[in-house]
Amino acid sequence: MTTLAAPRPHTAVRLRATASDRIAWLALAVVALLLLAFLAAPLLAILLKAVQDNEDRFVGLANFVSYAQTPALLQSLWNSLWVSGVVTLVTVPAAFAFAYALTRSRMPLKPVFRGITLIPLLAPSLLSAISLIYWFGNQGVLKHWLTALGFEEIYGAPGIVLAEIFAVFPHALMILVTALTAADARLYEAADSMGTSAARKFFTITLPGAKYGLISASLVVFTLVITDFGIPKVIGGNFNVLATDVFKLVIGQQDFQRGAVVAILLLAPAVLTFAVDHLVSTKQTAMLTARAVPYRPKRNPLFDALMTAYCVIVALLMLAMLGMAIFASFASFWPYNLTPSLRHYTMGLFDAEVGEGFINSLTLATGTAVFGTALVFTGAYLLEKTHGAGPLRTGVRLLAMLPMAVPGLVLGLGYIFFFNEPGNPLNGLYHTMALLTLCTIIHFYTTGHLTAVTALKALDAEFEAVSASLKVPFYKTFWRVTLPICTPALVDIARYFFVNAMTTISAVVFLYSPETKVASIAILNLDEAGEMGAAAACAIMIAAASTVATLLFWLLARYVERRTQAWKA
Amino acid sequence: MGSPFLRLTGISKRFGDFQALKGVDLEIEKGEFVCFLGPSGCGKTTLLRIIAGLEAQSAGSIEQAGRDISRLPPAQRDYGIVFQSYALFPNLSVADNVAYGLVNRKVPKLQARARVSELVKMVGLPGSEDKFPAQLSGGQQQRIALARALATSPGLLLLDEPLSALDAIVRVHLRQEIRSLQRKLGVTTIMVTHDQEEALSVADRIVVMNQGSIEQVGTPMQVYRDPATPFVADFVGRINVLPARAEGSHRVRVGATAFDCSHDCADGSEVKIYLRPEDVLARPIVAGDSNVFDAQIDKIEFLGSYCLVRVNSPALGEHRLTVYLSLNFLAEHALEVGGSLPLRLMPDRMRLFA
Repeated sequence: MTTLAAPRPHTAVRLRATASDRIAWLALAVVALLLLAFLAAPLLAILLKAVQDNEDRFVGLANFVSYAQTPALLQSLWNSLWVSGVVTLVTVPAAFAFAYALTRSRMPLKPVFRGITLIPLLAPSLLSAISLIYWFGNQGVLKHWLTALGFEEIYGAPGIVLAEIFAVFPHALMILVTALTAADARLYEAADSMGTSAARKFFTITLPGAKYGLISASLVVFTLVITDFGIPKVIGGNFNVLATDVFKLVIGQQDFQRGAVVAILLLAPAVLTFAVDHLVSTKQTAMLTARAVPYRPKRNPLFDALMTAYCVIVALLMLAMLGMAIFASFASFWPYNLTPSLRHYTMGLFDAEVGEGFINSLTLATGTAVFGTALVFTGAYLLEKTHGAGPLRTGVRLLAMLPMAVPGLVLGLGYIFFFNEPGNPLNGLYHTMALLTLCTIIHFYTTGHLTAVTALKALDAEFEAVSASLKVPFYKTFWRVTLPICTPALVDIARYFFVNAMTTISAVVFLYSPETKVASIAILNLDEAGEMGAAAACAIMIAAASTVATLLFWLLARYVERRTQAWKA
Repeated sequence: MGSPFLRLTGISKRFGDFQALKGVDLEIEKGEFVCFLGPSGCGKTTLLRIIAGLEAQSAGSIEQAGRDISRLPPAQRDYGIVFQSYALFPNLSVADNVAYGLVNRKVPKLQARARVSELVKMVGLPGSEDKFPAQLSGGQQQRIALARALATSPGLLLLDEPLSALDAIVRVHLRQEIRSLQRKLGVTTIMVTHDQEEALSVADRIVVMNQGSIEQVGTPMQVYRDPATPFVADFVGRINVLPARAEGSHRVRVGATAFDCSHDCADGSEVKIYLRPEDVLARPIVAGDSNVFDAQIDKIEFLGSYCLVRVNSPALGEHRLTVYLSLNFLAEHALEVGGSLPLRLMPDRMRLFA
């Protein structure tokens, strides 16, 4: 027998690395490099700019001080805060009631209501702002309603608040539906057996159960509103907010230093949201045990009717918002000649070169969907199903979650600072479609990542162990087993990337060139040029393209389901 | 005897501050069926995963068939493995699952197909090649997982609680099949289980583990009849524990009564008597037998053909004793709660632990 070295209790034995281990580590290193170059470095560039003067000398907090001494900028900060606060206070209860109707009543046509509330996700957020201008603007059909309520005009805070409520409603709704769906029927049965009143059940079971969902929804809504650029740009008038300030400071005045300061201010609520959400999600999962029995609402004619009435009102408001944009986009010459024509579409598409922008948008969306899905899924797979290279793994895991905490506007700004630097070897990417695509992938990385991780976690944890024992390298199992099983999740991730790339404004607004201008940006330019009809037409086209894409993805998902999921019993 | 097939030397594993394995030494002979038995968290699964190379030990070495495999990754070791969750690839047919390792070894197609049908026949599911795992019952899926693990004729078969997810009846049936298959193939096998009955019924040797250490290694009979430690006595089978004091050679005192005992203990030392319920006899008791006393029935737990009967006796002081009595015996003597009967503690079955 060979003599063995005495066991050293504190130095762990390492298994020899195989070729396939090395392949996995190399792939993980590539993912890490991409995330470092296109996420960490741009963010670092912002932090650096915020503490440097315009000749790159370190000045400590001088930029922050100068910001705090500019009353106009402070006014924007206050505006942003209170507007976001008001939108949160209105949207979260409204969405909660809607989610409650969807999950806890026997209301008819639930899928229809659910579908209608998803409309805002298919169009750029500023669609609602354009619509509001047609309803309540200077030449709006219902302008007198506004004046009757004592508001002077829709431009400014009232318009921003209303448009944002419409735009963020689906986001809040999705979170709250999830929170309310996760209910244990046993708790209600126990309460019923003790003769508990409906109100008491609501306050002692329902509300505490949805507590984390409410917190999460509030934070998400607040963050979305405070970092949104499109709506305040279109309907804000002279009412300045942080998001529009960033744009003016950086693009208008080339004041990168104070732009960076505002970016950090925008980053703060998002980082807070991220941290709280993380805390909340760990608690939420612990709440629902595997033994819970799903809640099924009982019939209650009065309650069901009330809930239906409420949902009808909300749905009609949503449709009114979308409908007005569609109507206006076809109106020949608002408000004098309302006969339908394709004037705005032809004008927008051909004269204002939106057609080109539309092609760019589709290119961007397709690129984001294809490469984003590949990157996200590969990254998630390597994290979840391969072993070794501990520090690298931890790094990638953190970087994959970071985009959730970075508003698009901030990310775009970071890209300017980082990639526009002449000394940067990646400088050649600036203004290219490749960079726009990468930026959009990173912007929406985390949601895709979480979807992929969830799908991968649902697989048996021992597939890789079995493969290793059968001497099959991990990438063969990835190709033969993991990928086919996860195809539905892949389609879902691709759809998410595609639709968001079609509608996004915030990050790309800093990065486009005349050659790479996308349709959502073209709307802003048309609006600025006073071509409201064409802007509406363009927004509608994006919404239509997103809808068609969603339908196609849905068909693809069904096809894939039939092709690759035949094994499901 | 030559060197063993598998030799573990000083295997330790720590997860952060938790010491999962504390220097385990073990030798397993070729063709043996060994069970790792212990409560959850005792380190048995960790030990199996270290043998498989799915975890790296913190210290210690492993030798298999004369080869040091301590630092080899799983793919370079020689074993097949079956998990509690089956881990069958759900999107592949039974045939593709079983052939998964064969394909990679570039086994010609025809030959692979022949091997697959031989294997599915061997595990008792001939003709199921074209089915998907979801179309099979749990027990059938586990058979396929077994076939997949055996397809490449590994030298070592590792079973990680393979029966825990199955119904009681399927479990009993399948464990016997695994056992006879193992006999037929002669493959050295290690099975992790927390079910003592399972271990007793199939193993050549049982490794009883507790808190990261081996408590005892022995045949099922040794582990049951001669538990090496109080933990083993307690964990394997049901047992009575009576605090006692040693009195001279081969005498122990419980309460007010002294009993004969085959074990020797230092005079006056505090001991505990470990005695299984079936080692307390109700018959035959003949005049002149030692260790006989009268007992009164406290409680009868009906278990089918046998009853678990709790008794008390002035002879034992405040201690209670649990004995197995057959249903027929109870009926024959018209015994009910409150009734009394003579009992005898078998001196050679009493184990004493300090």
